[in-house]
Amino acid sequence: MSSEQPRQQIYDSTAPSTDTRDSRIGEGADDRFNSKLREAFGSTPFILTKFDKFMNWVRGNSMFMLQFGIACCSIEMMHTYAIKHDLDRFGAGVPRASPRQADVMIVPGTIVSKFGPRMKRVYDQMPEPKFVVGMGSCTISGGPFQEGYNVVKGAEEIIPIDIHVPGCPPRPEALVYGIAKLQERIRNGESTPVVVKPYELEEFGDLPQDELVQKLADDIDEEDLVMRYNWADSP
Amino acid sequence: MSTGLERGGQPPIEVTEDDLEALIGDRALARDDHMNAPGFVIRPDDVQSVLTDLRDEAGFDHLANLTAQEYADRYESIYHLRKYDDPTQEVSVVVPTTTDDPVSQSAEPVFRTADWHEREAFDLVGIDYEGHPDPRRILLPETWQGHPLSRGYDQEKPQLVTLTEHANPVQPDHHDDESDTMFLNIGPHHPATHGVLHIETVLDGETVVDVDPDIGYLHRCEEQMCQQGTYRHQIMPYPDRWDYVSAGLLNEWAYARTAEDLADIEVPEYAQVIRTMGAELCRIASHMLALATFALDVYGDFTAIFQYGMRDREVVQDILEDLTGQRLMFNYFRLGGVAWDLPEPREEFIEKTRDFLDELPAKVDEYNDLLTGNEIFQIRTHDTGILEPEVAKQYGCTGPVARGSGIDYDLRRDDPYGYYDNLEWDVVTEDGCDNYSRVLVRMQEVEESAKIIEQCLDLLEDWPEDERTVQSNVPRTLKPDADTEIYRAVEGAKGELGIYIRSDGTDKPGRFKIRSPCFHNLSALPEMSEGEYVPDLIASLGSLDIVLGEVDR
Repeated sequence: MSSEQPRQQIYDSTAPSTDTRDSRIGEGADDRFNSKLREAFGSTPFILTKFDKFMNWVRGNSMFMLQFGIACCSIEMMHTYAIKHDLDRFGAGVPRASPRQADVMIVPGTIVSKFGPRMKRVYDQMPEPKFVVGMGSCTISGGPFQEGYNVVKGAEEIIPIDIHVPGCPPRPEALVYGIAKLQERIRNGESTPVVVKPYELEEFGDLPQDELVQKLADDIDEEDLVMRYNWADSP
Repeated sequence: MSTGLERGGQPPIEVTEDDLEALIGDRALARDDHMNAPGFVIRPDDVQSVLTDLRDEAGFDHLANLTAQEYADRYESIYHLRKYDDPTQEVSVVVPTTTDDPVSQSAEPVFRTADWHEREAFDLVGIDYEGHPDPRRILLPETWQGHPLSRGYDQEKPQLVTLTEHANPVQPDHHDDESDTMFLNIGPHHPATHGVLHIETVLDGETVVDVDPDIGYLHRCEEQMCQQGTYRHQIMPYPDRWDYVSAGLLNEWAYARTAEDLADIEVPEYAQVIRTMGAELCRIASHMLALATFALDVYGDFTAIFQYGMRDREVVQDILEDLTGQRLMFNYFRLGGVAWDLPEPREEFIEKTRDFLDELPAKVDEYNDLLTGNEIFQIRTHDTGILEPEVAKQYGCTGPVARGSGIDYDLRRDDPYGYYDNLEWDVVTEDGCDNYSRVLVRMQEVEESAKIIEQCLDLLEDWPEDERTVQSNVPRTLKPDADTEIYRAVEGAKGELGIYIRSDGTDKPGRFKIRSPCFHNLSALPEMSEGEYVPDLIASLGSLDIVLGEVDR
């Protein structure tokens, strides 16, 4: 490309490219906020709207984080929790060791094939509404390890992510900013859709019968949960 | 206790190449010398007898590394042997096997550490080891198809990964009234595993009967990444991410040392002093985190010691940020020196670092009051997690883990590099062999590192203004001669961090193998914890101070 021609994304539109995200998330309304109440009462009653707002305010200001360390970023995450940066100041600093007590999961590191199903399991165990902050380049695209045979190209292949914090690793200040942004979104009642396409846990028996499945038929039980790791088809 | 820079006791026996040739005799098919050591090619069914002779007759008691690789016409396993008494004495045993039937004899009966290494070689390269007690995959999921570091592996093919409930290996049903044992999974998501480690444990009451660490949850293909990068600049960022607990400069040094020796690059003395200072700052940061998380593991102290450790790390990270421009992933070393000189104004940087060193003794006293002098802590850690020196050597343990078992082994002194030779400091050893000794070793190493930094600062301050060369002249593209092989190691925060590189005549390594200290130290965990209580298992794991990024690479 000659340098006289500016790149298309520069002169066409200043909006961020969302192709990758759109291919990862499916269609459908997001039902993470008070969906049961809305179903029962409809969406218009005045009191319910105010209660929604109140609940969102409460959620945004009292977040329990999941104590979840994967890789390099977890060191900076610990520094964010600890003195000097002290995430507690923002109403979001109690790391809980059990996913059943946590609202927010910070994914601090590279996801590899073997850990993918485990992370999905941990995410599934969190009570709703739940939010995810992807920390570092690895959770965006695989980061410096994207070309690795064993690396999942971004945590969004497996679980939905509300906020991405870029960096390798992001500074604690950046993570604090990311969490403050998440709180803002929660307060405003915004969130990203929950459905994620590429990596799903499925029972082995339900998989389409292809060469790989037939090869592994003796090793894996019909009812075992499996995840298909497909490096080439990831965005 | 400490021995000073001069080793005590008997000087190690010198073994010349002629002795080795005589010892191996007819079993040597050919010679395949490496840059660091003489190499002997032997037949795949002579592995045990040759390694036994080298260990018992010639004193090579340390299987530092096992490299597996595939050539166009053969597979090759290289056993890198050295001595705990004198790591500059090395020998490589090269075992070629055919491509159609890659079967080689297992070295596990001679060196216990070969167990995990051979599993890794099978997993990533595809060599079978005959007589191996447990031939399973180690890093990749059990259901993985193919061997990713072998030639002709197609990484675009889909794979299936299972999420199974783990079965009780001793009893079919762990709710059975008759059964005395219970199966317990610790991890991969667990606060005490320091990352994503999975430990399969079998308990009898509260006593640990069987421990099997299951690793590979952070296997991010570091070796593949390094094999795809060019020597000059593209590899250096990756070492930062092996042992990511702020030990970045120590890891970078491992690569810098190996590549500099491979391509014959000189490093200016001034750069060596900066490297030494930066590396020791990293060691302090790394040991601080080890102490902080150990306190968290042993008595759940999230408020005092953990936060103190973090506070002190912040100071070190600030200093390192001034020096390198990054808090954690420094990418500061270059082949032939460092990226840039000390930050300006230099006096300010030196003063800031001196302030940190001045405050350090008071902080260490604080840790001693809180931690090592604490009665609860002593009860928890004394005489738990015993690792006898002979066992530690069998598993290839190095670093504070080995020094806590009384093994006097520190590459900074025994295989000198950088500026360590010209400085006054001591190697710390403790004879307790238990969790407490390992903590004590780390506490004292922090003080020794401070001594080294102090001396480096003095040197840097008085260095002649016109001799402050930070980098030597290095060719833009490095292409070491084809088939040059080298294994070099440095003393990382966790122990001997070694790298094996085979060049293939291009500007990228043909094979890049990382010898990780945590991998060896973790493999000794069953020896330390079987027969003890389950809380002691957690304490032992904490005292090993593993980093999963380095275990799994």
